[in-house]
Amino acid sequence: MSVRTLVSPLTLARPRGRAVYWTVFTGVVLLFALAFLFPVYWMVTGAMKSPDEVVRTPPTLVPHAWHLSGYTDAWDLMDLPTHLWNTVVQATGAWLLQLVFCTAAAYALSKLRPAFGRVILGGILATLMVPAQALVVPKYLTVADLPLIHTSLLNDPLGIWLPAVANAFNLYLLKRFFDQIPRDVLEAAEIDGAGRLRTLWSIVLPMSRPVLGVVSIFALVAVWQDFLWPLMVFSDTDKQPVSVALVQLSQNIPLTVLIAAMVIASIPMVAMFLVFQRHIIAGISAGSTKG
Amino acid sequence: MKTASKPAAPPPAVLGAPEGEPRRAGRRPGGPWRRRLAEQSRAYAFLIGGLLCFALFSWYPAIRAVVIAFQKYTPGSGGEWVGAANFTRVFHDPEFSAAWRNTLTFTLLALLIGFAVPFLMALVLNELRHAKAFFRVVVYLPVMIPPVVSALLWKWFYDPGAGLANAALRFAHLPTSNWSNGADTALVSLVIVATWANLGGTVLIYLAALQSIPGELYEAAELDGANIWQRVRHVTIPQTRFVILMLMLLQIIATMQVFTEPFVITGGGPENATVTVLYLIYKYAFLYNDFGGACALSVMLLLLLSVFSAVYLRLTRSTGEDA
Repeated sequence: MSVRTLVSPLTLARPRGRAVYWTVFTGVVLLFALAFLFPVYWMVTGAMKSPDEVVRTPPTLVPHAWHLSGYTDAWDLMDLPTHLWNTVVQATGAWLLQLVFCTAAAYALSKLRPAFGRVILGGILATLMVPAQALVVPKYLTVADLPLIHTSLLNDPLGIWLPAVANAFNLYLLKRFFDQIPRDVLEAAEIDGAGRLRTLWSIVLPMSRPVLGVVSIFALVAVWQDFLWPLMVFSDTDKQPVSVALVQLSQNIPLTVLIAAMVIASIPMVAMFLVFQRHIIAGISAGSTKG
Repeated sequence: MKTASKPAAPPPAVLGAPEGEPRRAGRRPGGPWRRRLAEQSRAYAFLIGGLLCFALFSWYPAIRAVVIAFQKYTPGSGGEWVGAANFTRVFHDPEFSAAWRNTLTFTLLALLIGFAVPFLMALVLNELRHAKAFFRVVVYLPVMIPPVVSALLWKWFYDPGAGLANAALRFAHLPTSNWSNGADTALVSLVIVATWANLGGTVLIYLAALQSIPGELYEAAELDGANIWQRVRHVTIPQTRFVILMLMLLQIIATMQVFTEPFVITGGGPENATVTVLYLIYKYAFLYNDFGGACALSVMLLLLLSVFSAVYLRLTRSTGEDA
């Protein structure tokens, strides 16, 4: 079942080959554990050390006494429930708005033949060429004073939600997927009397579950991990997401409490990854080879 | 679902209509002109939300960056034209050359380390026949940790006294380092953080590319007497050349916009050793309140990055058509 790779199965079957294989295997397991798991272990246990122990040299591998107070202090002192809730609100809203508006727009561009559709699609694809971060300052100025209606979205979750909709990558993913749905299927639905919205809802969307899953994960992770944009949008401490609050508060908080807050801030995305790891890893691997 | 399972419907009545005409059965009363208007307004009803967001938050800011780059801009009261004054002022800022030098060095180092390490990892992982899922999950784990947390975590590792990095060096009886606190080691220290945090995705993509190499090529090379390094050189690398190039371009685009690591770990210091272009843009806008200067810098960064983006899109497009 296994495919032929760099080293031939024949070499591996020989006693010497087998010895080398298991040596390399053990080495890689140790290296990966040291490089990727140990830092996580260090963070989780560091938060449980006493304030004296955490700054001791040489450091202790295992805490002498296990304190949970780091975690409870972080929860209370850094007001983590508020910031986590802000992040959840920002990420969920951005995700829902992206699903609604990007799906609708991708459907229109793919199947409804709007006038100037090609020009619009070209304009959307052109934004893929313009790296997002390089435009944060004019984007900030726009959000601070929206043209025509002169409203500010600063310190408002809408300042995260609406710019998130302008995601050319996700929109293009959806459009490409919709393009593959045969027109006959949609026309059959229309002859049966289904309107455009009905067709989208009960035919296109159920067929698009895989791509909707990928877009959802991308959308959620992007907002959850973002730092520079929420740093600009939210100057009110009460409204900041957890990523911004961590950095703002990191200066004047005891080390163990900060580390505990870092662990808590990492849990949601890591948990999501562990639950959906198979889909996420398959998505990354597949998306890459197909370009 | 009910409609999808129906047998293919007969073609609508307008089959004979000329090209470009909507090929849908007209159910509504009124002439073709009114029907078309109705179709268009429905299409735009679906499109409008997304379109407005793109117009407001992508297209308009791009135009505005260029406009404000030539203005003295005060939020609330608008801008006045100043010609190229912003560009000359930014150009004479000593931080300007430091920021570009740092960004380019960072990109180059990230490219060297960020290419070699994941490629070697993928190469070795592809040979292992056990615990495959474990390796993939573990290598991708840091990508899922929020970048801010990774940055703070490494800031703690790099602490000259209580940090893990120097503890490890002392344990091995090696001389300690200043890491992110030393002017000459700070940039490399940040590259290590960025590589640690991001290589998971690269490894997974390389792995996928390695798995698509036909096994016969290795067999043929082996029959020709090629040893393992020759097989890597003459089979693996040429076969994955396209993916390698693609990821390199993406990485250049991403690392040229580095911000979180220098902002969180070093604050641009010591002695401007880690100020990056995006960091400088941020400083101009939010510390100096100089939006004209910030936009002038943005335009420069944008022009440079657009070149790489254009090459990337060109490459993906042309091979997408071949496949």
